[in-house]
Amino acid sequence: MLLIKGGRVIDPASGRDEIGHLVLEDGKILEFAGGEAPARFQGEVISAEGKWVVPGLIDMHVHLRDPGYEWKEDISTGTRAAAAGGFTSVVCMANTNPVNDSPEVTRHILGKAAREGYANVFPVAAVTLGLEGKEMADFSELADAGAVAFSDDGKPVESPLLLRRAMEYVRPFGYRILSHAEDAALAGGGAAHEGWTARKLGIPGIPSAAEEVAIARDILIARQTDGKLHIQHISTRMGVEILRLARRAGLDITGETAPQYFTLTDAALEGYDTNAKMNPPLRGEEDRMAILEGIQDGTIDAIACDHAPHEAYVKKCEFAAAANGIIGLQTSLPLSLALLAGGKIAPARLVDLLSAGPARVLGLRGKGSLAAGADADVTVIDPDAEWEFGPADVLSKSKNSPFLGWKMRGRAVATICGGRVLYTTIAGVTPHA
Amino acid sequence: MEWHRRHVLGLSDFHPEEMEFVIDTARSMEEVLTRDIKKVPALRGKTVVNLFFEASTRTRTSFEIAGKRLSADVVNFSSSTSSVTKGETLLDTARNIEAMKPNILVVRHSASGAALFLSRHVSCSIINAGDGQNEHPSQGLLDLYTILKVKGRVAGLKIAIVGDILHSRVVRSDLHSLGRMGAKLWLCGPATLVPREMERTGAIVTSDIREAVREADVIIMLRIQLERQNTSYFPSLREYSRRFGLNRDIFSLAKDDAVIMHPGPINRGVELSDELADCEQSLVLRQVESGVAVRMALLYLLAGGSHVTH
Repeated sequence: MLLIKGGRVIDPASGRDEIGHLVLEDGKILEFAGGEAPARFQGEVISAEGKWVVPGLIDMHVHLRDPGYEWKEDISTGTRAAAAGGFTSVVCMANTNPVNDSPEVTRHILGKAAREGYANVFPVAAVTLGLEGKEMADFSELADAGAVAFSDDGKPVESPLLLRRAMEYVRPFGYRILSHAEDAALAGGGAAHEGWTARKLGIPGIPSAAEEVAIARDILIARQTDGKLHIQHISTRMGVEILRLARRAGLDITGETAPQYFTLTDAALEGYDTNAKMNPPLRGEEDRMAILEGIQDGTIDAIACDHAPHEAYVKKCEFAAAANGIIGLQTSLPLSLALLAGGKIAPARLVDLLSAGPARVLGLRGKGSLAAGADADVTVIDPDAEWEFGPADVLSKSKNSPFLGWKMRGRAVATICGGRVLYTTIAGVTPHA
Repeated sequence: MEWHRRHVLGLSDFHPEEMEFVIDTARSMEEVLTRDIKKVPALRGKTVVNLFFEASTRTRTSFEIAGKRLSADVVNFSSSTSSVTKGETLLDTARNIEAMKPNILVVRHSASGAALFLSRHVSCSIINAGDGQNEHPSQGLLDLYTILKVKGRVAGLKIAIVGDILHSRVVRSDLHSLGRMGAKLWLCGPATLVPREMERTGAIVTSDIREAVREADVIIMLRIQLERQNTSYFPSLREYSRRFGLNRDIFSLAKDDAVIMHPGPINRGVELSDELADCEQSLVLRQVESGVAVRMALLYLLAGGSHVTH
């Protein structure tokens, strides 16, 4: 039994936002209690006065690099970073080596996560074998092994016909396809957002249209097939607009963005900073503003950081040759909390984007909720903690972050997964081994 | 003025007076080139390595001659004979060369920002001899010097740059050197090769060569390639030449004393008519001359010479 006492309990799924106490038992939420804290509680107590108590955060887009690239990250270090960042669940992409296109790989990931993980790991399996865009993966077998959705993330599914077939085929089974929306021909060899910064620095550009054309195409295919689609890492203004249009048309299409896309713009590339190189690229200010709007009005369902660890030397090189991607699990929450400052978004909405939202998109039962009977995944957040994100804080094997040295406000102070405290900085509480 | 730079990576942060200082130095270097024995001992005992990861005969030769005229030991390292093909990183290659204790690395690389990147990780001086589509500072300075020689000034001149603006590092350096000295710059070419964002530099962007050339004092033609990375940016060289080539007819719209420049190598009959390439108003070979002097000046200044002696 575990009692989380006196915190501001924010549970967007039920609409609750009040001071109270949460009791966890046998890996489940037992009950919420208002008023006085239960007297003579038989079990561990975490004092959460002045803190937020929210459903365990879920990041629906991470790369754990395991199997195959364990020098960049592995399931143990990646989930340790997740727990420290407040995440009780992460959803890992299929571009491992071997690719997660067979149940053996899915089971390997789940097995290792069960043994060494500090968070729940939900694997996404490939849409096509080897992410090659040629033959469909065995969806049912992968789903039976534990895959929660399908994506060729890192690469777009280039053939519209193949995507159509895949979406049509999985529709009766209710699986969702997550789309890395990129028109490869339009993006053609670019390395930065096609805008003033790229022109000035002489970096080949990736036009916004490379993303928008693909989003539109995928949405139209989903409409044609009545399929369930999710657009990953939206970075452009028209990308948000097109998704909004699709939602208004009543289509079952969801979308995510990442903190980097509402925090930074392509101006971060000055000096050829390879830690600001990613795909999709950091865009312009009008894109950033549009993404904030999409977050406010509910067009965007989830914030997911696209955690993409890379060893130092693939970033310590000329810009064109540098690898794409940044780590994000430990900065996603504070960067998201920064959105509260302008008062444009309410705490409950923010918590929704980081927990109930992704649980809804992926149909993760028992996750993203503090209702009685839900899984005892809880994150305790100190929204006012001021701290600096330094290299020594990084728990990932890789330190490729453009946010190193940033002053942050707000962080997770306890991450409880299945009733076990897996991370905490609260004095007097020891993490369960 | 005193010279404090350790590297010449680009002209984006060069003040006008710094550029004038380099040009003044180049002038005294050019005097050396008129002598019978075209060699001074200024860089004796210094080693200059031309680190070229991209083919370039003329820039490399120009730096090599510049170094030799100053008595430096000049060593050429080019990627065709290097370990780059074996998968060595740029940084490892540069550090290996650095371990041989050169004083100056002259770097040409296909990636924008490569010279800046190396300057952060090696201890010797770096001259950027062209990094991707970013900058080619010695070209920017030699273009400035060449125009000054002929026109006596740059401020107020209408200078049209015509061709592949998108991929040109020469343009990005010229925008700083000529723009900062007060030229009125026009950028002209097919819309696919002249990004609209370039208006942010203060230059006027057009796809009408007549408009660009009309009343111009200087016309800089850029080399054009039909295919880049297997993508065509315009229909054909024939079409290009009709729309964007400089011929006698178009050139007649410019000022009577207008001059033509080209960073080379020229595609005769494509961007520049055969006749104009060799006409009296063509400064192409004077640019090459200025190039050696400017590169001597840069090597001299980076190697520690800070006073111009006339």
